Amino acid sequence: MEVFLHYLKSFTLWELFKGLSLTGRRFIDKKVTIQYPEEKTPQSPRFRGLHALRRYPNGEERCIACKLCEAVCPALAITIESEVRDDGTRRTSKYEIDLTKCIFCGFCEESCPVDSIVETRHFEYHGEKRGDLLMTKEKLLANADRFEEQIAADRESESRYR
Amino acid sequence: MPESILTITIIVIKILAIMLPLMAAVAYTTLIERKVIGYMQLRVGPNRVGPKGLLQPIADALKLMCKEFIIPTGSSRFLFLLAPVLALGPALAAWAVIPFGSEMVLADINAGLLYVLALTSLGVYGIIIAGWASNSKYAFLGAMRSAAQIVSYEIAMGFSLVGVLVAAGSLNLGDIIEAQRGSLGILNWFWLPLLPLFFIYFISGVAETNRAPFDVSEGESEIVAGFHVEYAGMAFALFFLAEYANMILISALTAVLFMGGWLSPFSWVPDGIHWFFAKTGLFLFLFLWFRATFPRYRYDQIMRLGWKIFLPITIVWVMVVAAMVVWKIPPWFSS
Repeated sequence: MEVFLHYLKSFTLWELFKGLSLTGRRFIDKKVTIQYPEEKTPQSPRFRGLHALRRYPNGEERCIACKLCEAVCPALAITIESEVRDDGTRRTSKYEIDLTKCIFCGFCEESCPVDSIVETRHFEYHGEKRGDLLMTKEKLLANADRFEEQIAADRESESRYR
Repeated sequence: MPESILTITIIVIKILAIMLPLMAAVAYTTLIERKVIGYMQLRVGPNRVGPKGLLQPIADALKLMCKEFIIPTGSSRFLFLLAPVLALGPALAAWAVIPFGSEMVLADINAGLLYVLALTSLGVYGIIIAGWASNSKYAFLGAMRSAAQIVSYEIAMGFSLVGVLVAAGSLNLGDIIEAQRGSLGILNWFWLPLLPLFFIYFISGVAETNRAPFDVSEGESEIVAGFHVEYAGMAFALFFLAEYANMILISALTAVLFMGGWLSPFSWVPDGIHWFFAKTGLFLFLFLWFRATFPRYRYDQIMRLGWKIFLPITIVWVMVVAAMVVWKIPPWFSS
């Protein structure tokens, strides 16, 4: 009986028709494609995209050059040099993130005691020549100025869990 | 003298009338293939070039034409250039005997079926010469696989055609279609009495054209691209054209031999060329559906299927058909 069923199945192409019916059903199903530049997938407020170095509302930069992010960075993408400013506070003289090394793990953001280095939701950027993806302090500060509203809103909405 | 010129002109016009729509069909089959496979994978396929992606084949063709044509240093130059032509030539030449409508056939020859069988077999030369002339191990492996596969399936295919031959009593494709005419419409066609041969013919046709799931000659995950790995630009495009022209040819042949060509499926609906195109389109869709569904056969499985399953079934069924014809089994063979 088993043998007979086996032959019956193979001669009626049973398994093949089963496969065809599956793809046939998918053929008429609703498609899941997102038409990217026009449509976009929803983003989490915790999205880890392009980095930014934030400022306080009075314009003073938050970073105190504690170098926790540099220490925690698993890809060694962050380089920091610090100095004592004229008013006696410690600030960075150099703060660079090499985005070609960065793995976007978000550890720098988590380790920062003053919420200075953050990852924004922005991810549609590119570099056209060597050095374009080496984020200098100026570029990072500019990013923060550009996205500050969104950054602040995201920190606010996630504050309960931090 | 003017009369012979006129005849030649008319023939050339007829050839163009077949060839140009065929080329357009080949180009758009590539788009439809990508669309259909995309849809079956819950994607939407190409839709950026032109409205709904309709200009995609033209963009692809332009790209291929602009590409550099590379001839490998170790290759046999003459054969390397000859191979794509040899692959495409038979695929196009076979269209000469395909009857589109009751009067619409370029060459109404008596041995039409033999001509088709001969030309579909010739396609393998293009592939094996391409693989050999490239002087590359992957191309050579692909060519060997493809040659073995095509030769094996040629036999099962030939036997299915013998079944059609016995049932119709003619080698002329027009007469074969006429033999399928009857008051029952779709039930009078040969697919029903020749059901196993119908399936075997179409599956062998898929194997003949080296399409998935029988695409071991290309096998991109094992031997890169098989026989055409060294080809670029327009020469590659010719292989592509040949493959798709062969697919359309096999679909048209299946429609003619088993599904009654231009005959209408219902006796109260008039016959016409549109039925032929509808049936061809149906089989062409099956090609794409197979590709979206089945994983590639292993090489030994292909050989087993061809020699140990298809061949015995066809031989047995040819005898069954012969018996049906002798005993005039209605409704197909009563007259």
